Amino acid sequence: MLVCSPQAALQRLFDEVGSVDQIGIDERVAKYGTRSVKKAAKLWGLRTAVSMVDLTTLEGKDTPGKVASLCQKALRPHDDASVPPVAAVCVYPSMVRHARRALRNDSVVRIASVATAFPSGQAPLKTRLAEVKAAVADGADEIDMVINRGAFLAGEFGRVQDEISAVVTACGAATLKVILEVSELETYDNIRAASFLAMRVIRPGDFIKTSTGKTSLNATLGNNQVMLEAIRDFYLDTGVAIAMKPAGGIRTAKQALTFLIAVKETLGDAWLNNTRYRFGASSLLNDLLRQLEKEKTGAYQAPYYFSEAAESY
Amino acid sequence: MARLPITKTPKVYVGGAFIRSESARVFPLRDAAGDFFANIPQCTRKDLRNAVEAAAKAGPGWAKRTAYNRGQILYRLAEMIEARAGEMAAAIALGGATPAAAAREVAAAVDRLIYYAGWTDKYEQVLGNVNPVAAPYFNFTVTEPMGIIGVIAPDEAPLLALISLIAPAFTSGNTVVALASTTQPYPAILLGEMLATSDLPGGVVNLLTGFRAEMIPTFATHTHLRAISAVVNAAERKALALGAAESVKRTILLKVEEKRDWFSSALQSVDAIRNTLEFKTTWHPVGA
Amino acid sequence: MPSAPVAKKSTRAPQRVAPRVGRRASELIFGDLWAFDPAPESADPKLKPRYDLFINGKFVAPKGGKYFDSINPANERKLTEIALAGPVDVDAAYAAAQRAADGVWGKMPGRERAKYLYRIARLLQDRAREFAVAETLDGGKPIKESRDFDVPMAAAHFFYHAGWADKIEYVAPGRRVAPLGVVGQVIPWNFPLLMCAWKLAPALAMGNTVVLKPAETTSITALKLAEIFQDAGLPPGVVNFVTGAGDVGAAVLNHPTPAKIAFTGSTEVGKIIMRSLAGSDKKMTMELGGKAANIIFDDAPLDQAVEGIVNGIFFNQGHVCCAGSRLLVQEGIAEKVLAKLKARIRTLRVGDPLDKNTDIGAINSREQLTKIRALVAAGVKEGCAMFQPECALPPKGFYFRPTIFSGVSMSSRVAREEIFGPVLSILTFRTVDEAIEKANNTAYGLSAGVWTDKGSRILKLSTELKAGVVWANTYNKFDPASPFGGYKESGFGREGGRQGLLDYCKLI
Repeated sequence: MLVCSPQAALQRLFDEVGSVDQIGIDERVAKYGTRSVKKAAKLWGLRTAVSMVDLTTLEGKDTPGKVASLCQKALRPHDDASVPPVAAVCVYPSMVRHARRALRNDSVVRIASVATAFPSGQAPLKTRLAEVKAAVADGADEIDMVINRGAFLAGEFGRVQDEISAVVTACGAATLKVILEVSELETYDNIRAASFLAMRVIRPGDFIKTSTGKTSLNATLGNNQVMLEAIRDFYLDTGVAIAMKPAGGIRTAKQALTFLIAVKETLGDAWLNNTRYRFGASSLLNDLLRQLEKEKTGAYQAPYYFSEAAESY
Repeated sequence: MARLPITKTPKVYVGGAFIRSESARVFPLRDAAGDFFANIPQCTRKDLRNAVEAAAKAGPGWAKRTAYNRGQILYRLAEMIEARAGEMAAAIALGGATPAAAAREVAAAVDRLIYYAGWTDKYEQVLGNVNPVAAPYFNFTVTEPMGIIGVIAPDEAPLLALISLIAPAFTSGNTVVALASTTQPYPAILLGEMLATSDLPGGVVNLLTGFRAEMIPTFATHTHLRAISAVVNAAERKALALGAAESVKRTILLKVEEKRDWFSSALQSVDAIRNTLEFKTTWHPVGA
Repeated sequence: MPSAPVAKKSTRAPQRVAPRVGRRASELIFGDLWAFDPAPESADPKLKPRYDLFINGKFVAPKGGKYFDSINPANERKLTEIALAGPVDVDAAYAAAQRAADGVWGKMPGRERAKYLYRIARLLQDRAREFAVAETLDGGKPIKESRDFDVPMAAAHFFYHAGWADKIEYVAPGRRVAPLGVVGQVIPWNFPLLMCAWKLAPALAMGNTVVLKPAETTSITALKLAEIFQDAGLPPGVVNFVTGAGDVGAAVLNHPTPAKIAFTGSTEVGKIIMRSLAGSDKKMTMELGGKAANIIFDDAPLDQAVEGIVNGIFFNQGHVCCAGSRLLVQEGIAEKVLAKLKARIRTLRVGDPLDKNTDIGAINSREQLTKIRALVAAGVKEGCAMFQPECALPPKGFYFRPTIFSGVSMSSRVAREEIFGPVLSILTFRTVDEAIEKANNTAYGLSAGVWTDKGSRILKLSTELKAGVVWANTYNKFDPASPFGGYKESGFGREGGRQGLLDYCKLI
């Protein structure tokens, strides 16, 4: 059997999935910003957003103490019973067992671990897979992997896809999130193509994810829209429902609500829950809480009323 | 006892902020009666260098603004000057002009700005065009701002001449580093404040004060300045032209020794805008 | 409202079941899991209980003493009373305009005329929200559109044209130009304030004075604009408004005074006007109807094309002369496009125009709603397949659901006649040449849309489509700098840009 040249594979992939008009996307998402979400709808949106947060700490200086504190916040974000816990905590592989100890086995909050030489992915495949297995063994429920961007941009789509397949196997029962790293793919055409590349080899309930959060450009309404449309087209074609996670750059409740409006109008009701949509964020959680408190009391809130607030001014 | 007023410390408007010269030098400005008015920053080639950096940083964002947006900002600059016309006229009168002549100069400067504000979203329709080439191609010529423009204003008409030189340059998306009148720098100091309150992004226009002799060599040779628009004498023209040759700068040099009426409408035109524009022509096939 | 569902390891998220049986597993659910609460715009439109004529810089009662009601098409309630002009009032308006043309306005240097227009633009920007609410109440368009499009664009038209007033030597290179004098203008109800701006700005910039009649169902924002003229100090008589229905319009356009008349409205009425002006010396511009083809090729970025179709026909409830009312889709992708379209229009919200989340507002009048219903009934009778999303409509007011007809042929009434409502007719084609042929096969020629990834094809279509405006990979884009106007029975003359100014001056 003849093997296609990488060039031919490149041409077919883009032809199959179709192109994206950047201005058109930007205009579509601008309309989401004009939606006005008030009262009960706002409360529903804010609480749903809280339940979708993957509360994240990915710093060189993370310690077991920091992770334990994060887990407590994840379980009980605020002194208010109507505020749900977040979906998951997201940590480095070496911190997984500390998270597991803090959350115990029956926790409603899941543990997601980055793996595969996050964020660059620049390590031998063997090492990357070993990291995945180790994190799962330590108790990770979810794995956030990075794709091989170098290979993608060189047109080696087969390789990119094979690596994702290998990680799926290494995950076992753990859910997989595939980070495309949109800032390095740059164009909406590339993001759409990479989305399909991943979706074709992952399982129902796995995720595609925008970014590592470690570059200067992360999730935007534009790249979120491109990926939601890819998920929708894939679902209508195959019946397989892939989940979505924008990560990085979403700091305010207002932004989060706008992202949810995009989900509502592109994928509909079935994606408005945390098995199908997550926010990779850290400071977003407190802004959601501030807005929830404001809706409850009618008063705008200072940031330092909420635990783990970054600013003290 | 009469109340003692607080005097203002003049600073120059560079990169959207108000600064002293990096050299910390100043020169005294005296009013028409010879009394001390204020110390004016005596800018150096390093100040010019820093201003060019600021202009370089602001350039891409400014060039990407819509023409409508740029027109609105120039109009708002005119609003800011008009609202403080009295203050600006007093600044011009420091140099000995009568109050009436100073007020006339302010009004003319505001009107000139309005004139250029009205060109931002139109000059393309007059200067650009589609070219009917003899082959199945769509061929069109558009204009593009050059980049950072150096401006050297004359000593006379300290507000009107300065506006007449800088407005056509930045109206199209260029950024400007300008040296104000040496003998009458105070209107430029105030103009900086009005620029800062006009919604113009910092770094698009940078105004320096000081002495031409010190500054011209750097204006001439800084390779990041793509054009020089100046009103200077013969020796200064020679120096600018020689320096420009080293990096193929465009030069638009008016002879200061020639009498000109800055109030005349001959000194505002779409051609002044064209002087700091590039032309780009694109071909594209027409077919199924 | 249900509380936010929490992740469990093995259970699926709760789902609302769609009402239809036999639904395929892979369909999307656009239900009310997250229903938006009403979000009404609360700004005060500052309406007066009664609006008089605006003549010679003042609000004056009509000589006949009569007024007519202006209602809100969203709920059929009365908003205010508008003066009914008679022939004597029209005479007075023209007399004022002539005095101003001969006197203060005709003699004023361009740079000073410009300043009035700049002031008007700025004052309109100041009161933008107030005008947006008034526009929505009067005409039925969603507040989102009047706020984000109509009002800012009207201000932009005044701002753009202000800058031409002192640059008229560039309007016709090599020629000197002069004002025409007095012009008479009649505008439609679909973009009341914006049409005012489109007509007044170039006329005033070029030194003319004006008598203008707004549409009888939407006179309010024009008369509010007159308040801004007063605040701006616009010299009396430069702009005069006379309000009323078709007979007042005829009086304005047939009056002996104006050197030129401008009309925007239906082709049918445009022809009536042209007949009645035959033999007079009056210059004319006509901006009439359209039945634009929006052409999608199989290499188009599909989701953005679908968005463009939706913008093209549902923007302003389809009350747009240049609406993309005929979708010409390449056969190979027709089914896919139709599916995407249906999914997209299920997320469009029809309802109270004052609600910030409304996408499709009220139809402008009972009369227009009747016309739309009749043509849609004809489409069904002709055998075209009709799709409308299921959505509740408000109990009062004039509303129509977004509608798609597929299986339409070139001879169908819904493919030939201008419906002027939220109704899309879908036809297919196989080749580029067939698309061009079908697109041009109409008496109209106002606008067209082309969706393809291939640059050379865009340029070929732009060259061959008989339309005054061609949108490539976009639709319904407007700018004061961009000339707008049609071919054939869509009218003649252009509005906007340098070309638009030529219609408001004479070459000398």
